[in-house]
Amino acid sequence: MDIPRTWRLLDQRYRLQGSKCNSCGDLQFPPRIVCSKCKHREFKPFSFSGKGSVYSYSTVFQAAAQFEDHVPYIVALIDLEEGPRITAQLTDVASDEVEIGMPVEMVIRKISEEGERGLIVYGYKFRPPVV
Amino acid sequence: MRNVVISGIGQTPVREHWDASMRELAVTAVLEAMDNAGIQDADALYVGNMLSGTLANQEHLGALIAENAGLEGIEAVKIEAACGSAAAAFRQAVLAVASGHVDTAIAVGVEKLTEMSGRSTTQGLAAAADADYETAMGLSFVAINALLMRRYMYEYKYEKRDFAQFAINAHQNAAHNPNAMFRAAVSPEQYDRAKMIADPINLLDSSPVGDGAAAAIVTAADYQQTSNSKPISIAACEVATDTIALDNRENPLHLKGVERSTARALKTGGFSQKDIDFFELHDAFSIMSALSLEAAGFSDRGKAVQRIADGEFGIRSNLPISTFGGLKGRGHPVGATGLYQIAEAVQQLRHEAPEAIQIPGAKTAMIQNIGGSGATVITSILRI
Repeated sequence: MDIPRTWRLLDQRYRLQGSKCNSCGDLQFPPRIVCSKCKHREFKPFSFSGKGSVYSYSTVFQAAAQFEDHVPYIVALIDLEEGPRITAQLTDVASDEVEIGMPVEMVIRKISEEGERGLIVYGYKFRPPVV
Repeated sequence: MRNVVISGIGQTPVREHWDASMRELAVTAVLEAMDNAGIQDADALYVGNMLSGTLANQEHLGALIAENAGLEGIEAVKIEAACGSAAAAFRQAVLAVASGHVDTAIAVGVEKLTEMSGRSTTQGLAAAADADYETAMGLSFVAINALLMRRYMYEYKYEKRDFAQFAINAHQNAAHNPNAMFRAAVSPEQYDRAKMIADPINLLDSSPVGDGAAAAIVTAADYQQTSNSKPISIAACEVATDTIALDNRENPLHLKGVERSTARALKTGGFSQKDIDFFELHDAFSIMSALSLEAAGFSDRGKAVQRIADGEFGIRSNLPISTFGGLKGRGHPVGATGLYQIAEAVQQLRHEAPEAIQIPGAKTAMIQNIGGSGATVITSILRI
């Protein structure tokens, strides 16, 4: 049961909330405690637009226990429009349709379930943009 | 800091050791290393391990292994750095002796990955990545490496089968190592047919999980050797880090941790890449071998895959890699792996390797153990 962790991460998982450094203005996801560019320690929250493109991807056939029911599924590194790169699953797309560089947008989907009586974790996934 | 040497080594075969407990494996390796060095006692014990708590409900390995090895009372702690745990423990042994704080330290790496089902092991291994932002999204450790391999193929225009030679070379060498898990050669056809785990990584791109323990005795260079084993100098043992998550790296295809750790080790030892006779790299996945060769300065970027396909890095080449089979052929008992690499390099430098894989005239070895997808990198240089 991962309840405290899930609550802690709601802003990130539902709103892609990262941080903007008060000193150098660097945009970062996940939010930082110390700026990885200038070592400053004060930030403002910054929500990313959720638009980006695929940097790399993989179809997973052998997964850890809590994702076993989902195989095969696609994981990817996404370059967000505003700069940072993020790790997420792709959804609403077949694995042979995915290409490096293709545009994607964020959606909220079910990420994992912790058994029949456990928590259902929701969060960001990415899909080809719906025009 | 005073000069330090390895005076003894011990290894269990890497297997699915269902009949042996973790303490039995670790103690077997420790006692073999102590016998090899000709010692009855030591001042400190550093245990490298990643998953004992997750897979065997057993933490606190320092005291556990010390007591069971007949060393009750000595300084003993567990060191954890994911798949780099064993070399991280070795580093502590080196520092403890080099500083003059102790005269003899034992480093042992131990792991039992077949204690639970494969899915529990996959889950445990994924803990080497960022739990909140990688693992929670469904990334297995294989998937992280698959993301690297896909991007590498895209940027440098490779086909999947171009990577086959890494597995073929490792298995060819492992065939001569009695401690290796897989002692049969593999063919390009077998590589093409291997089961996909996380596309484009198939079973033959991946090192197998297994159980095992390996140990080394670290002593001051001016000690009196009491056995017939030849002491091997530790010219360097350096650690460097990179971001834990792949997505926080500007260029994920350039392993900065490898670059930093290699540079530190070469500087400490006073060597350059051309002085290295063979390289025990961290070939957990084919792509990791390629990226390590490039970031460590042994190959231009994007060229390592082409070079191994052209016949370089084999056992009779200028820079052999994975000479006892590497992680791919010997097996990858994660928290023990770094000390298998070190023990094998010692066998090479003592000229005690099986003939088919002995590198003639080998004097200087580089050994690199990596935790996570390049987040912790420990580079050692050993010399006759």
